[in-house]
Amino acid sequence: MSSAGGTSEGTQAVIRCESVYKIFGKNSEALLDGASSSIDAETAKAAGCIVGVNNASFEVHQGELLIIMGLSGSGKSTLLRCITRLTDATAGQIFIDGEDILTMNEKELIEVRRNKMGMVFQNFGLLPHKTVLENIAFPLQVKGNNTKASMERARDMAELVGLQGRENYFPRELSGGQQQRVGIARSLAVEPDIWFLDEPFSALDPLIRKEMQDEFLRLQSVLNKTILFVTHDFDEALRLADRIAIMKDGVIEQLDTPANIVLNPATEYVRKFTEEVPREKVLRIESIMEPVNQSETMADLTVSKDAVIETVAKAILDESKPVGVVDEAGTLVGSLHASHVVDVLFGNRAGS
Amino acid sequence: MSLTSSSLSIKSKPVQFALLLVVFLILCYAIAPADGNYLWRLPALLKDIPTWVNDFVGGLMFDWFPIQVYDPDIDDYESKPLFREITRAVSSGVLFIIDFVRELLLGGQKTIVAFTSWDFISENPWAEWPALPWTVITGWAAIVGYKLQGKRLALIAALATTYVAIFGQWEPSMQTLSFILVAAPVSVLLGLLLGIWAYQNRYVEIALNPLLNVAQTMPHYSYLVPVIVLFGVGDHAAALATIIFATPPMVRLTLLGLKNVPVEVLEAGMMNGCTNRQLLLRVLIPTAKRDVLIGVNQVVMQCLAMTVIASFIGAQGLGSNLMIALNSLKIGTGIEIGVCIVLIAVVLDKMSLAWANKQTDYFADLSFLERHSTLIAMLAVFVAGSILAAIGSFIFEEGFNYLYVIPHNKGITTAPIWQAAVDWIWDTFFFVLKGFNEFLITKILVPMRDAYLAMPVVATFLLVMGIAYILDGLRSALIVGGFLLFIAFSEYWDRALITAYMASFAVIVSAALGITIGSLCARHEVASKSILLVCDFFQTFPAFIYLIPVIMLFGITDTSVIIAAVVYATVPATRYTVEGLRSVPPVLQDAGSMSGVTRLQRWVSIELPLAFPHIMLGVNQTVIFALFMVIIGAFIGTIDLGQMILKAISESRGTGIGLTLGLCVAFIGLAVDQIIRNWAQRRKAALGLA
Repeated sequence: MSSAGGTSEGTQAVIRCESVYKIFGKNSEALLDGASSSIDAETAKAAGCIVGVNNASFEVHQGELLIIMGLSGSGKSTLLRCITRLTDATAGQIFIDGEDILTMNEKELIEVRRNKMGMVFQNFGLLPHKTVLENIAFPLQVKGNNTKASMERARDMAELVGLQGRENYFPRELSGGQQQRVGIARSLAVEPDIWFLDEPFSALDPLIRKEMQDEFLRLQSVLNKTILFVTHDFDEALRLADRIAIMKDGVIEQLDTPANIVLNPATEYVRKFTEEVPREKVLRIESIMEPVNQSETMADLTVSKDAVIETVAKAILDESKPVGVVDEAGTLVGSLHASHVVDVLFGNRAGS
Repeated sequence: MSLTSSSLSIKSKPVQFALLLVVFLILCYAIAPADGNYLWRLPALLKDIPTWVNDFVGGLMFDWFPIQVYDPDIDDYESKPLFREITRAVSSGVLFIIDFVRELLLGGQKTIVAFTSWDFISENPWAEWPALPWTVITGWAAIVGYKLQGKRLALIAALATTYVAIFGQWEPSMQTLSFILVAAPVSVLLGLLLGIWAYQNRYVEIALNPLLNVAQTMPHYSYLVPVIVLFGVGDHAAALATIIFATPPMVRLTLLGLKNVPVEVLEAGMMNGCTNRQLLLRVLIPTAKRDVLIGVNQVVMQCLAMTVIASFIGAQGLGSNLMIALNSLKIGTGIEIGVCIVLIAVVLDKMSLAWANKQTDYFADLSFLERHSTLIAMLAVFVAGSILAAIGSFIFEEGFNYLYVIPHNKGITTAPIWQAAVDWIWDTFFFVLKGFNEFLITKILVPMRDAYLAMPVVATFLLVMGIAYILDGLRSALIVGGFLLFIAFSEYWDRALITAYMASFAVIVSAALGITIGSLCARHEVASKSILLVCDFFQTFPAFIYLIPVIMLFGITDTSVIIAAVVYATVPATRYTVEGLRSVPPVLQDAGSMSGVTRLQRWVSIELPLAFPHIMLGVNQTVIFALFMVIIGAFIGTIDLGQMILKAISESRGTGIGLTLGLCVAFIGLAVDQIIRNWAQRRKAALGLA
């Protein structure tokens, strides 16, 4: 497992997992006693156990969007549920803002959930007997906030997710996308620091899903939460994530930025996912730029290092001279030859 | 289906059944009926069970844990057994509540007495609580109906209450209602609590499950005797028996509802920081609301079903009047009372269902008047009704104020018309009815009964356990064998065989009828919906009601009971057939159509095989229904287990006998249930329908 590159080092991790295990079955204790690192599948099977999460260690930093990606049964949802303590991890430590959540008593846990955490569910998990507004206000009301203030806040949240005018509808009267907007609004009502999303868009139609992803990116640009996002959709992960953790059979196979995962898959399993990925849509200029060669004359055109290749490829290919790459401040940080762009996009696939 | 060589092997089920039948018949011929022959009848090893139960209950009531109780009459402490003091306290508590509710509706003095004394009443002639005029209650019923569903329910409620009033059944109806208004809420609360407890604690669920099974298959009668011993006779005892009877379905549905709450809703509640209490009260129960309220509906229906039976132990109201009318063969009066019971059942059923489906509009912007419109309307009706009643007291003579409370049997009556109709039917069709009756009894029922009684006990065990083994494996066979063993070791094996013969005759006929009607109706959308509505309607009738028309036609005979049982038990068979056939996946229908099946082929080779497990669940219900009716039929004179239970009510050592007999009946039902339910579930899973 390679460690993260580039994200805000030095600040304290908002979520930190250390050797987290979740094992289903009666002999889980015995199985763990012998294990120092990951438990292998044969041993688990022999002990009559199923390993949901296998020795997971990672950190999520302030304002970061970490996506846990895996196919069904890979343990991604289980890992999320361990971190929120909807299920109890069998072993390991999980720190939220430096506090070990596994040792908290019920009262402390409820406090953390009421103030720090918000969660969105795959099938929405809305209360069928409450209206949109009441659903959104629910977490505020269980905290004991007064009704008027809760309702006003809920109204604001409904507006934020674009549900104004439907406040008095019941969940059953809404489409899937609208229901998930309610779920999102509810999870944000208490202004949590950490936002958990468990396959939030998987139950939606492809078109709606795209629309909701855009909506999600818009919200995140406004709110800048620390996010743990679970999905089985690799394209979704590439599209949204700061970093991606790819899970298989409970083990985190690779945890890295989307670009690094596409360019340097750590295992065969990860490579299979990346094969079909259109790189120009995923990679940013920064990940393919070359150092500046002072002897060359540069084209007048400069591109941002954060631009996705697809958006600037035509302009670069039209230039005969290398194009300058600049950062946010406008300083030159690299250059790009048109030929190099062609190489990265098409060359590798020919097996060079 | 062609018989290939493989289907003739011992593993094929038809061959197994054929073998079973052959062995069964051989046993029947080989074993001679003799008293000492244990293959013929088992010894009554368990015949002392009733005595043990009686000794235990007696000890509990009269000897166990004496405590010193102060008696104001003799101004001294007296030694009394704790348990009896508790049951007495419960009795008087329940009785007080029933009287209180009853006097709210009908007026009276008992509540005032409870807080003062009889002397106070005789000294103060004004100290009598007035009844609510029937016009007020009619108006309230309409308002509640309107509030819950709309104009239609308002109309039904108003018509029903008006009928009850003008046919002179007001007093007994209100007595019955007061009894339900006490028993139903207690059952609901009890069921809710037990259901929640079972949901939270798996061991409680495991422990409750068999208890609920037995409780739901025990005949109504068998609750009566123990209740008499513990709580005496009267409205309170009837209410307690009703509560015992009506609680199990509430527990079941509460548990089911809670279990059906989606995991994510539960998790969402937890992630929103609910405490356990908030999770239960604000997430789980509201989400399970529909199932819980259907449970409430079931409770109300069970309470009504018990009203007639509860009159055996002293419940006042429609039930006891109906019983008296039937006993004296006053069919006309019986019909009128029966209609009252059905009307109350229909109204309460519709109201509780409407409540289950009702939505609340929290955000409608309402003025004070609008928000309290129901209360204001009810108040207005109350004032108007009271004024009318006051005016009435000037118009009508004392005791016959038709605008206040229409006195019992002083309303309109159609009884003579009904009586004339019955007489006419008897005169006109006497020979037809008598002929049919005699034919059924001498040619079918008696031979069938004799055949059942001629079975050696070993053969019966082999047959029943064999069927269980073939359909569901060894475990089922052993469980069913256990149930049978209990009955065989009790004294009541022959009686149980008679019960079984009546029930199985009814089951065969009603299953045939139900499956035919269901199959025909399932062909059309509209017909399916209509027949399901009819089933709904018939199911709201308390079982006893079915006896009225058959007694009218066939008098007090086995035929009456069996026909009532057939009619009653056809309802579930029809319902499940329609449901089963309608739930055949459309894609299979399409596949059939594209293969070019004829109607008959479609029914035989696509619909029936797929619907069969569900239809069998219907047959399972049919068995329970038929058993219930056969036992209730004891009231009009059959000679099976039911009659003995009925006799036990008036016997001194009745508790034990009643309970043992009740268990015998329950075990017959449970044995069938065990085989069919498991088989149907596995079959459904195999067909991918579960």
